[in-house]
Amino acid sequence: MKALSARLRSISFHYWLLWVAPLAFLGVFYFYPLVNILAVSFGRGQSGPVAPFIEVFTTPSLLKILGFTFWQATLSTAFTLLFGLPGAYLLARYRLRGRNLILALTGIAFVLPTLVVAAAFNAILGPRGWANLLLMQMLGLEQPPLHFVNTFGAILLAHVFYNTTIILRLVGDFWAHLDPRLEQAARVLGANGWQTLRRVTLPLLTPALASAALLVFIFDFTSFGVILVLGGPRFATLEVEIYNQTISLFNLPLAAALSLIQLGCTLALTVLYTRLNARLARPLSLRPRQFTLRRLQSWQGRLLAGLYLAALLGLLTLPLVALVTRSLTRVESLPDGSGVLAIHPTLDYYRELGVNRFNSLFFIPPITSIAISLGYATATVALALALGLPAAWALAHNRKAASSQVFEPLLMLPLGTSAVTLGLGFIIALDRPPLDLRASPLLIPLAHTLVAFPFVVRSLAPALGSIKPRLRQAAAVLGANPGLVFRYIDLPLVGRALFVAAIFAFTISMGEFGATALVSRPEYPTLPVMIYRFLSQPGSLNYGKALALSTILCLITAAGMLAIERFRIADIGEF
Amino acid sequence: MEQGLPDTSCESYAGLSLSQIHKSYGSQVALAGVSFQVARGEIVAVLGPSGCGKSTLLGIIAGLEKPDRGEVCWAGASLTGLPTHQRGFGLMFQDFALFPHQDVFENIAFGLRMAGYPRQKIRERVEQVLELVGLPGFPQRDVNTLSGGEAQRIALARSLAPFPHLLMLDEPLGSLDRTLREHLMLELGEILRKSQQTAIYVTHDQEEAFAVADRIVLMNAGSVLQTGAPIDIYRHPGSLFAARFLGLNNLLPGRLLSKTEGNFIETAVGVFPLPAGQPVQAHEQFTVLLRPELAEAGKPGSCQISGKVQSISFRGGTSKVAVISNGLRLEFEFPSSTVLPAGGEELVLSFDPDEALQIIYE
Repeated sequence: MKALSARLRSISFHYWLLWVAPLAFLGVFYFYPLVNILAVSFGRGQSGPVAPFIEVFTTPSLLKILGFTFWQATLSTAFTLLFGLPGAYLLARYRLRGRNLILALTGIAFVLPTLVVAAAFNAILGPRGWANLLLMQMLGLEQPPLHFVNTFGAILLAHVFYNTTIILRLVGDFWAHLDPRLEQAARVLGANGWQTLRRVTLPLLTPALASAALLVFIFDFTSFGVILVLGGPRFATLEVEIYNQTISLFNLPLAAALSLIQLGCTLALTVLYTRLNARLARPLSLRPRQFTLRRLQSWQGRLLAGLYLAALLGLLTLPLVALVTRSLTRVESLPDGSGVLAIHPTLDYYRELGVNRFNSLFFIPPITSIAISLGYATATVALALALGLPAAWALAHNRKAASSQVFEPLLMLPLGTSAVTLGLGFIIALDRPPLDLRASPLLIPLAHTLVAFPFVVRSLAPALGSIKPRLRQAAAVLGANPGLVFRYIDLPLVGRALFVAAIFAFTISMGEFGATALVSRPEYPTLPVMIYRFLSQPGSLNYGKALALSTILCLITAAGMLAIERFRIADIGEF
Repeated sequence: MEQGLPDTSCESYAGLSLSQIHKSYGSQVALAGVSFQVARGEIVAVLGPSGCGKSTLLGIIAGLEKPDRGEVCWAGASLTGLPTHQRGFGLMFQDFALFPHQDVFENIAFGLRMAGYPRQKIRERVEQVLELVGLPGFPQRDVNTLSGGEAQRIALARSLAPFPHLLMLDEPLGSLDRTLREHLMLELGEILRKSQQTAIYVTHDQEEAFAVADRIVLMNAGSVLQTGAPIDIYRHPGSLFAARFLGLNNLLPGRLLSKTEGNFIETAVGVFPLPAGQPVQAHEQFTVLLRPELAEAGKPGSCQISGKVQSISFRGGTSKVAVISNGLRLEFEFPSSTVLPAGGEELVLSFDPDEALQIIYE
C-alpha cells in the first residue's frame, strides 16, 4: 500500500513537473506584463478603479461595440464552418489531385498579415482594384461601381478567407484518420448516409469540430487588422476600440477595462470548451491515411466536388493573384485627363527593395527585414515547441486531472488577449530591472511564442491523446521506459502534428504584426513592420514596395508549406 | 499437479507467484483475491468467461495496472513498484497492438533494441523468431498490410524476441476466424514449448486452453474456481459453473437413497448406483453430472436412461444428440458411425456409473 500511494504521488508530481516550464513562461511574459499594465492603467483612473467598467456598461456606443464584436464573430464562425466543412470532408475521405496545393494555399491565406490581406482584397475589390478597373473600362464608368471596402461583407469575407484553413486542417486531419469502418459498420446496421453522418461521424468529429470552431471564434472575436482596415470607421470591435483608446486617446483605464472584458469572454469560452472536451474526447483508433482515402466515383460527386473546390480556390487565390499582379503593375491615369487608365508591367518595386532610400540609422534596405523575420521565426519555433510539447503532453495524458482543468484555460489566455495589450505589456513591464529585455534579440520571439503557444498546444494535444494506450503499453512491456516510449511511439506518431505545430509557430511569427509593431526596435524591422511602413507612406512607389514585400512573404511561406506537405520525413507522421 | 496455496512471502518460489491479488474499479470488483503460481517453463491457461477479470490480471502482472492489494512475485522477488519496462515480461495483446508506423522488422526488433542488443544480434534474433513463427522473409513488410493470421504471428514473434522471462498472451486467437484459430492454437502451443517459454495464456475458449496449456486456472467473477491439468479439469469439474463452462450441461439435482444392497442416487431420470470413490453425506443436496460422451446408444444395460430424440446435430467426427427424458433435456455425444433413431423416436442409453457420473456439491 505504501509503495502504491508513493507511486501515485510520483505520477501526479511528474505531471506537475511538465507544467513548470510552460507556466513559468506564461507567468513572466504574460501575467507579469498584464499585472503591470493593469496597475499602470488603474492607477491613472480619476474616479476610482471601477469607474472605467461603469463607463463601459453605461455608454451606448461601447455597448454597441460589445454586441457587434459577438455578432460578427458568431456570423464569421458560422460562415467559416459552412464553407470549410465540405472541404474538410473532401480532403479527409477522397484522393484529390492537388490536395497538397489546396492545403498549402489555405495555409498561406491563414498566415498572411492582416495588412497584406486588406491590401489583397483592396487590389481585387477595392475602388482601384482589378474588378472595379475592369468594370469601369468595360462600361465606361467614371466612378468605381463596386463598394466593397468599409462594409460588413468585407469583414466576413476576410474572416472566412483567413480561417477556413483551421477547419480544413484541424477537422480534416482528424477526419482523415477516423476509421471508416465505423461508418461502414453503421451502414451495415441499416443507417442511411444522413443517419450515419448524424449518429456516427459527427459525434466522433465533435472534439475536433468544437476545438476548431472555438479557435475560429476567438480569432474572429479578437480580430483587429481586418476590421480596422476593411471595416473602416463604421465598424469597431472591442479590439479596435482598445487600440483606439490606447494609441489615439491615451485613455488607458478604459482600454484596460475593455481588455479585461475581452479576456473574461474568451476565458469563459475556453472553460466551456474544456468542460465539453473532457466529456467528449475518447481514444479512437486512428487509421493510416492510405486506408481511409477513396476515389470520387459518380459524376455528380465529381461535379459537386469540382464546384466546391473551384469556389474554395477562387476565394483563396484571387486576392493573392491580385496582390502579385498589382506588385508587378503600375496603373496610372493618362495625363490627358480622359480618365482612361494605363497599365504597365514593371519590376521597379522589387528593384527598390535592395535600396536604402532614407540613409538613416533606423532604415535598412527592405530586403534585410526578410532575414530578420526568418531568424525570429526560427527562434519562435524552437521556443514554442520546447514549451508546448510538455504542456500538450500533460494535457493529453492527464486531461481529467485538476492541473489540466486549471491550466488549459490559462494556456489559451494569450489568444484572447489583444496583440496591442501584449505589446504594451512587454514595453511597460520588460524595460527595467529585474527584467530589462529592451535590447534583447529574444524579445520578439518571446512575444511571438506567446501568440503561437496556444496553437502549438492545441494541435499537439489531440494527436497525443488519440494514440491508443495499447501501443504505449506494448512498448513498455517490451522494455521501453517512459522516455523511450515517448521517443519511439508518441514522437513518430505525432510527427505530423509536430510539423503542423511547427508550421503554425513559424507562420504566426512571420506574419505577426500587432505586438511586433509595438515591441520591435526600429533598426530591426520584421517583414510585416516593413510592409506597414511602406503602406503608411504615401505614393505609388511605397505602395508597390509594400505589395512586393507581401508577395515575397507569400512565397516564403508557400515554399515552407509545400516543402513540409511534400517532404515529410519518410512519411513518418502518416500513421 | 494441484499446487498448494502460495506462501505469504514469495521467496520460496522460482517462477511467478501471485498472492491474494485484489482489484476494484469503483464499486465493481474485478479481482477478489487471486492466487496461483506458474513454474518456469510451464504454460498455464487462465480460462474464464469475458469479464471474469482475466485481462485485468494480465495488466497487473505486466505492471500496467496496480493491484489494490496483493503481491506479484517473480523468482522470489516482489515486483511491487517495479515499472512495466523493467519486469522483463512479454505481453501479446488481443488486438496485437503492432506499431503502425514501423515495419515488421522494426516491430520485432523493438524489445531487443530496448534491451540494448547489438545490431547484428538483433538481426539474427529477428530472423530466428520469424523462422520460429513460420514467416521467414517478412522483415520489410508494412504491418498495415498483414492478414489477421500474419499479424498474430508477428505479434507473437515480437513478444518472443527479447527472451521474456514470462510471456502473457491475452486472447491471442480471439480475433481470428475458426479454421485459422484451430490451426494456430496447435502451432502456438508447439512454438511456446519449443522455446521452453514460461507462459500465461488467457482465453475464454476451453478448446484453446486444453490444446495449449500444461495446467489450467479456471476463473469466474474475479476468483479462481479450480486449477489443474486440462484432463483433470475436464474430468472433474469442481462446480456447476465449471461444468457448464466446459459445455457439460447434463446436470441433475440428486438425492442419496440408501438401500440394503448399497447406496444409490435418485434423479429425475432414474436411480443409479453411487459412483465409486465419491462419498456422499445423507440428507445433502447435490448435483449429478452425466458425461455426454460416456453413454452408449441403443444398448440396454444395468444402468440406463430412455427418452425421445429431440434433435441430432452432426459435428463431423461426432454427432450431438439432445434427448428429452422425463421432461428434462439431456445432451449426448456419439461417434458419427453410431446408428441413431430419427427425431421424435425413442432412444435407450446405457453407461457405467463409475465413469459417467460425477457428484458436484454446491
